[in-house]
Amino acid sequence: MSGVNDFVCKFATVNGSGSASANTMFAKTVFRMGIPVSPKNIFPSNIQGLPTWYEVRVSEKGYLARRDGIDLMVAMNPQTYREDVAEVVPGGWLLYDSSMPRQWPREDIEVLPIPIAAICARKWSDPRQRQLFKNMVYVGALSALIDMDLDVLKGVVADQLRGKEKLVAANLDAIALGRDYALTHFQCPLPIRLRRAEGARGKIMVTGNRAAALGAIYAGATVCTWYPITPSTSVAEAFEGYVKRLRTDSDGKTLAAVVQAEDELAAIGMAIGAGWNGARAFTATSGPGISLMSEFLGLAYFAEVPVVLFNVQRGGPSTGMPTRTQQSDIMACAYASHGDTKHVLLFPSDPNECFSLGAEAFDLAERLQTPVMVLSDLDIGMNEWMTEPFAWDDARVHDRGKVLDAAGLDKALDWGRYRDMDGDGIAYRTLPGAHPDKGAFFTRGTSHDSFARYTEDGRVNADNLRRIARKFETAAHLVPKPEVLTRDARSRLGVVYFGATQPAVLEALDDLEADGIRVNAMRIKAFPFSPEVKAFCDAHDRVFVVEQNRDAQMRALLMIEAGVDGDKLIAAVNFDGMPLTAAFVRSTIRTYMGPVKVAAE
Amino acid sequence: MSYIQKPVAYHPALKKNALGLTHRDYEGAMSTLCAGCGHDSITAAIIEACFELDLPAHRVAKISGIGCSSKAPTYFLGRSHGFNSVHGRMPSVTTGANLANRELVYLGVSGDGDTASIGLGQFAHVVRRRLNMIYVVMNNGCYGLTKGQFSATNDRTSPSKKGDPNPFDPIDLCQMAIQLGAGFVARSFSGDKRQLIPLIKAAIGYRGFAFLDVISPCVTFNNHPASTKSYDYVRAHNQAIDKLDFVPEESEITTDYDEGTSVAVTLHDGSRLMLHKLDQSHDPRDADAALMTIRRRAAEGEVATGLLYVDENQQDLHDVIGTSPRPLNAIPMAELCPGSAKLESINARLR
Repeated sequence: MSGVNDFVCKFATVNGSGSASANTMFAKTVFRMGIPVSPKNIFPSNIQGLPTWYEVRVSEKGYLARRDGIDLMVAMNPQTYREDVAEVVPGGWLLYDSSMPRQWPREDIEVLPIPIAAICARKWSDPRQRQLFKNMVYVGALSALIDMDLDVLKGVVADQLRGKEKLVAANLDAIALGRDYALTHFQCPLPIRLRRAEGARGKIMVTGNRAAALGAIYAGATVCTWYPITPSTSVAEAFEGYVKRLRTDSDGKTLAAVVQAEDELAAIGMAIGAGWNGARAFTATSGPGISLMSEFLGLAYFAEVPVVLFNVQRGGPSTGMPTRTQQSDIMACAYASHGDTKHVLLFPSDPNECFSLGAEAFDLAERLQTPVMVLSDLDIGMNEWMTEPFAWDDARVHDRGKVLDAAGLDKALDWGRYRDMDGDGIAYRTLPGAHPDKGAFFTRGTSHDSFARYTEDGRVNADNLRRIARKFETAAHLVPKPEVLTRDARSRLGVVYFGATQPAVLEALDDLEADGIRVNAMRIKAFPFSPEVKAFCDAHDRVFVVEQNRDAQMRALLMIEAGVDGDKLIAAVNFDGMPLTAAFVRSTIRTYMGPVKVAAE
Repeated sequence: MSYIQKPVAYHPALKKNALGLTHRDYEGAMSTLCAGCGHDSITAAIIEACFELDLPAHRVAKISGIGCSSKAPTYFLGRSHGFNSVHGRMPSVTTGANLANRELVYLGVSGDGDTASIGLGQFAHVVRRRLNMIYVVMNNGCYGLTKGQFSATNDRTSPSKKGDPNPFDPIDLCQMAIQLGAGFVARSFSGDKRQLIPLIKAAIGYRGFAFLDVISPCVTFNNHPASTKSYDYVRAHNQAIDKLDFVPEESEITTDYDEGTSVAVTLHDGSRLMLHKLDQSHDPRDADAALMTIRRRAAEGEVATGLLYVDENQQDLHDVIGTSPRPLNAIPMAELCPGSAKLESINARLR
């Protein structure tokens, strides 16, 4: 099935060797040729010396999920030769540095030996350059082997290294050396190759973390407090970069504060303090940070303080797999903290939604006066995704929620911080300093009455808890509704998914349809669940819940919170830390259906 | 139910300040602490200081952690917003609040358990960040609300009420604050309001991190004869190293001061501190000397009180990170959101 504009190329290198920028240039060139492309960085929790891989799927049809079976392996790391060669599909290719020639144990693949180290040694004398340009030599060779547009590649190099003209020239030299070698020694191009296409036209390539940071900028966030943790760190770093570019006054002063906290407890504490005081504030973290922030999240829930948290999920439990992806914090986030606590969650499926839902999170947090957590993951957060360009409606009004200013306080009768005046469970808050003698109240995590006064009257406390539950019901109508894809209104089969698994599920639905199985689909975008979520489950006899954790956490949440009958919910879980493949989804559903049933359909 | 609204009774003869407010206007709810608790005296001193400074109470934010000390903000400045947060985390909440609006006065109230144990990390880092706030520790050497366990500031020589020895050396929060870069460090005693009130006023006038460690006896669990945090012990061993006059911005200095024994310190807002040295070897502008004074006195079993250290030229967190002089929570969305045209150029860079 692999061929023109449809193949997977994988680069096996050593981290810290400079391969990342060469690989990025490779993927960007494919993208600029108009071909949908999906690079996945598979990297170690390490700075230098360990194996790292970069998988690039090229798909004219626009399938962006990871795909097993490597058509072309660029094997630059002797430490992993054995496993790298095993991954190549029969009939595939393996390019390697033949400066130290070796025999490969497979007859069914074609080996493309290029003496890369020797070529670099002849060209450059500096050991660092000899190492660095090896990466561009293989990119140059690939440009001939798979017919990359040389002008596009040169443009990418120039853009990537803007302002470093000497480096541009040296990179182009390396590309030429690799390209010339390939043209001289191999039959170029290979059957798997590129051809200009239209599928990527108008799209952008961006990571989810950068997009989330931009969403926070557009939402008007002014306080970002954070603690470094993979894979969320680049959210705060990108935000800081955007503050310098977009939020700096003529006097050099910034219209936002970014503070690197001493730990995750302080990071969320600061964000809550800022939210309490009327700024739009957020933090970004990952699994271990959620555990540490839990007490504070309970405070913000109970004291009703708006705050936004980006949780870029990674492999758990505990320290887990810090550089692999999972969706395993669903339960931990939905119920973070002790006591009866529930939180609003948003599930972006790609960087574009990290931007749009990221911005919406701030409106929801202030409207609902509660923490809102945006759950992306390492795959969305740190990989470059081809996605729709960001869009912003200038007519959009930021929803600042129910806040009484001085004039509002003068008009308000019998104002009480936690009095439900509108029946939606949401009371009116005031900000410190607003009015000389009205509106002051004592925010507390202890039980309180509707005037924010401490109470040990259990009935008063129960009333307050009921009101907060009512607020959560309001939330279910305010959060984004699920996206339902109906392939066949008569089909009794459904699949539920969310977040980064979208490309794999959509591709699998096409494959299943080709198999004669039509499955309807629903992508959950938020918790609490909109009424549509249960309606979809009710309308189908069997519903596969696709998720990247062991315990089928979303399935459990559907049972607990939407009241869906667990017997009809079939867990389709993958938790090996790798981005999901369509083959997994397809085979899970086909296996469940059994061969007879498939034939019957 | 332990919230008791204090009846507000105005008497025509009550003294009024420049804002036309009386002491009553600076009070809060009825205290629910034990009768005789040192914390109530600190509460009274805060009320007095704010009254005398003509401080508009709604421009103050009171933030605390958990414990007897952290309940205290309920009992003063009822017209101020308060935030009773989680144990040991008052510094981070205050930091965030201050980032959002740099124009309010941030009064953090904590205890020795809240600061020296569970909150030691946040304490260290808020000092290091030079947050513009007043950080008050109501220090009684024990956990009152859980019935008298030792805290980390309890002296090694000071046993429990039942007579159990305390096996560990204390953490001296003033020494820590000086080492970590606090610009204003003072120690006082809840039973000495003549010393405490000017210190609170000076701390409020100070721009930067102002730390006040106030020994505040726990009448129920740590006021026994062998305790070094008891009223009797502190009264007997309190060694004031200086006497402070706080001179507000617009006032003139009317008393003559001897150059040799007095130090004048000008604060950012133009107000001045006149420090009359009672210990001639002490220079409050020398951090090393301040540490020496605290240690030397402690070795003699005494408690050095007064303004221990002051740095007139401290930069606060906003100065360091370069945020706008305007409160961030008041900047219109139109200025914060770059708009669609800008987004188009951002998209273009990602192609």
